[in-house]
Amino acid sequence: MALRQHNEELRRTRSLTRRALVLGGLQLGLFGLLGARLYQLQIVQTDRYSLLAEENRINMRLLAPPRGRLVDRFGEDLAINRRNYKVMLVREQSQDLKKTLTLLQKIVPLEEADLERLARDMRRSRAFIPVMVAENLTWDQVSQIEVSAPELPGISIDVGETRIYPLRESMAHIVGYVGPVSEPELKASTDPLLQLPDLRIGKSGIEKQYDKRLRGRAGTLEYEVNAYGRTIRDLKRQDGEPGKDLVLSVDSRLQRYAHERLAGETAASAVVMDIYSGDLLALASVPTFDPMNFVLGLSGADWNRLTHDPLKPLSNRSVYGLYAPGSTFKMLVALAALEAGIGPNQTVYCPGHYKLGKSRFHCWRRWGHGHMDMLDSIRQSCDVYFYDVARRIGIARIAAMAKKLGLGAPTGLDLPGERSGTIPTKAWKQEQLGQPWQIGETLVSAIGQGFVLATPVQLAVMTARIANGGKMVTPRLLRGLRDENTAVRITQPMADLGIPRQHLAIVKEGMDQVVNHRRGTGRRARIKEEGWEMAGKTGTSQVRRITMAERARGVTRNEDLPWRRRDHALFVAYAPVQEPRYACTVVVDHGGGGSKAAAPIARDLLIETQRLAPLAAPALPLAAFQRDRQES
Amino acid sequence: MSLLSGYRGEPGYSLGQKLLQINWVLVLLLCMLTGVGLLMLYSAGGGSTDPWATRQAIRFGVSLAVLLMIALVDIRFWYRMAYPIYAIAMLLLVAVEVAGHTGMGAQRWIDLKVFQLQPSEVMKIALVLALARYFHTLAPEDTGRPVKLIGPLLLVMAPVALVLKQPDLGTAGMLLAAGGAVFFCAGVRYWMFAVVLALAAAAVPIAWDMLHDYQQARILTFLDPESDPLNSGYHILQSKIALGSGGIWGQGFLQGTQSHLSFLPEKQTDFIFTMLAEELGLVGALGLLVLYALVLAYGFAIAFSARSQFARLLVLGITVNLFLYVFINIAMVSGIVPVVGVPLPLISYGGTAMLAIMVSYGLAISAYVHRETKIARRGLSEE
Repeated sequence: MALRQHNEELRRTRSLTRRALVLGGLQLGLFGLLGARLYQLQIVQTDRYSLLAEENRINMRLLAPPRGRLVDRFGEDLAINRRNYKVMLVREQSQDLKKTLTLLQKIVPLEEADLERLARDMRRSRAFIPVMVAENLTWDQVSQIEVSAPELPGISIDVGETRIYPLRESMAHIVGYVGPVSEPELKASTDPLLQLPDLRIGKSGIEKQYDKRLRGRAGTLEYEVNAYGRTIRDLKRQDGEPGKDLVLSVDSRLQRYAHERLAGETAASAVVMDIYSGDLLALASVPTFDPMNFVLGLSGADWNRLTHDPLKPLSNRSVYGLYAPGSTFKMLVALAALEAGIGPNQTVYCPGHYKLGKSRFHCWRRWGHGHMDMLDSIRQSCDVYFYDVARRIGIARIAAMAKKLGLGAPTGLDLPGERSGTIPTKAWKQEQLGQPWQIGETLVSAIGQGFVLATPVQLAVMTARIANGGKMVTPRLLRGLRDENTAVRITQPMADLGIPRQHLAIVKEGMDQVVNHRRGTGRRARIKEEGWEMAGKTGTSQVRRITMAERARGVTRNEDLPWRRRDHALFVAYAPVQEPRYACTVVVDHGGGGSKAAAPIARDLLIETQRLAPLAAPALPLAAFQRDRQES
Repeated sequence: MSLLSGYRGEPGYSLGQKLLQINWVLVLLLCMLTGVGLLMLYSAGGGSTDPWATRQAIRFGVSLAVLLMIALVDIRFWYRMAYPIYAIAMLLLVAVEVAGHTGMGAQRWIDLKVFQLQPSEVMKIALVLALARYFHTLAPEDTGRPVKLIGPLLLVMAPVALVLKQPDLGTAGMLLAAGGAVFFCAGVRYWMFAVVLALAAAAVPIAWDMLHDYQQARILTFLDPESDPLNSGYHILQSKIALGSGGIWGQGFLQGTQSHLSFLPEKQTDFIFTMLAEELGLVGALGLLVLYALVLAYGFAIAFSARSQFARLLVLGITVNLFLYVFINIAMVSGIVPVVGVPLPLISYGGTAMLAIMVSYGLAISAYVHRETKIARRGLSEE
């Protein structure tokens, strides 16, 4: 019994040992499997998982560089950056978005448009990316928000930069303004900076023209985030390139003066330009607008008022306004005639009208000028003389001269969307209207009417090219820029237009007489200061057709017409007469006669220009840059 | 009759002798494992003993005392208590089940302040105890008779059913596997295992329907974790990323980016192995496996040295339990098996699993201390 039990016990022990060893082997095998799995993950696939681990934890953020400043030729600030306190919202941290925004609105009022933009920005970015709710907060609002922070989860204050335009209205048409990036702009550009929700880019003027230079290049910040997207620490910072500071050619004092001088008119524009460098010293246009309204946020109603105003306050008339140049076109016709071999002393008899077939083309002076040579006709602006000359030389020569002097094509001025104007030719009319050229149209074109259209800047360029002895000067607003810490002055070579000096001398003599001759049309506006005298040419361009009936009973005086139907008043000028430096154009929309409405403004502008002597400005106002560096 | 001085007819060891008999190398190994765990909890706390390492150390101290006390108690006492302990464990399981239905939520534990008593953990030990006792009393030839196996099968299935109902897939699996291991070591015929496995396979579709949605999702995402990287698959994928980025030498102690930046879920509990492998690399991970393998090997050695079938089966069952914890946890975090929520014993933060393992090893060491003790098949008084 005991033995049997003993044997039985022995068998049981053996069986257990055997089976335990099987179990142990199985466990060892499974541990081996774990080891193999770890080998696979940590040796074979470690590169792949390491990469995924880095992607997990490293995020990148763009750093917006400061936007370049704009200064005038003397270093006066035209566009600067100021600290801008913004309310930011991190959606993820706000448990109840509606409630948070309702509370916030008690401190910062939000308009419907703000909320729409906010909703759009939130759709574009992930939940933990801060989105801007409102900006340009007052210090009072900032402190209120800080105090209420516990009730406003997800709300924080961020400091950014706001564009400030210290000169406001007077500089608005040159400098333009900045605004948020629109969807089409975002799609059209590859610059990653534009994706920053609070970035502002140039929307008009210089801000738009040189936006890329002003904007600079984005820096990047690599930072470590945890699984919830919260930033743990910064890893690598790559500073971008700050926007370039630009020096504009304008003299802000002159610009302000021009703006004030024009302020009495319903709509008018003025250009003052250096005839050699092409520097635009003033480029004024009324009515205007305050660019700060765009920066501080324009309500929908205000925006509608600005865009639907028939006087187009947002548009710079000197660049975008198209006018029939009227008699200011006559110097150009005279030059074409001289080139075609018509002597300056050849006379034309003016009986007050010119007959072409059955048609009569009238001179502005009903009773005629009598015998006119070239000088006489410029001085007294005799239409009949130019009808006659134009008929003889043909429209093609006139158009060629117009092209030379900068009409009919953008001048190359550095503002976006400059208009071309129109210098008609036979081919042009055939193409545009599908009709053959009428000889009468040549006559009308010769006095700057009909199809002929030009911008005030084009007329200033024309005047400058005449005054500077036929040099192909191009108008410009950018005078120089700061690259790193060195200033770069931009100069441009000037080709000769190939117009003989004697021809120009005759036309200039004519322009001198317009103002300074006893019988000149602009005599009343002459500059009496010795050495500052100007030469010029009046222009009055019709915006309506004068019928035979009206002519019979006497042409209605401008003062008796509704404003929209009155003639445009133009005046082009240069000064000083002896050694010309400045060209000037003044256009008063529906201002009536050029001699009465436009010439006095041109006179005042040229006096002020010569008083201010803007050409004495340093090559580049380095002091302004110095000041900037101290501030930043 | 003192609990500590042994039963009648046995070589009466004094307490001092018993202390010398304790397998101190095994205790040291358990301390080393816990030490590694404390280091990882220090790292998980961001280089601080707060909030996990200190509390875990206190728990270990208490657990170690419990281990020593259990180890010094005569193995025959545990033999006698095997069924009562099982009965108590069942009662507790039923109690939490009932409590769960009467509005206490899905709570699976009873709060004992320092530890949370989880009846399913108690059952893991109780089942092994009960089965070891049953097979100890069973005549060897009876292990071949299916009728004799109905009782122990019920011992296994009753808690498994309750745990599944909780539902706790991991624990149910562990109970089944540990029970099966004891059956196997006790000498149950191979063909019976074959039959049971075949039946289990046939039952899979039925079992699938009984699983909760989240359990099904876990299994499905395990099969294709990248199909749903932001939800159910997130844990497995992030764990694999952290593991893989560790490489051979790891990112360095306290330097694991994925765990410290919270990409790794549950880094102080179920996924602590991933953190260790991220910070200490393949070298550290394999080192830990070796430590566990040594503890397991000691279990086998004790089993082979014990004179009673009860002690052998008990120790083997305990060893299998530890192995299952370790294997399921590491296999889970490395994506070999679905995420079932099994902690890494002695390393993961949490008192229940630690106490369960220390109590188990208290029993194992008791078996070692009393390895010469024989227990009669049909009673305690009999030789």
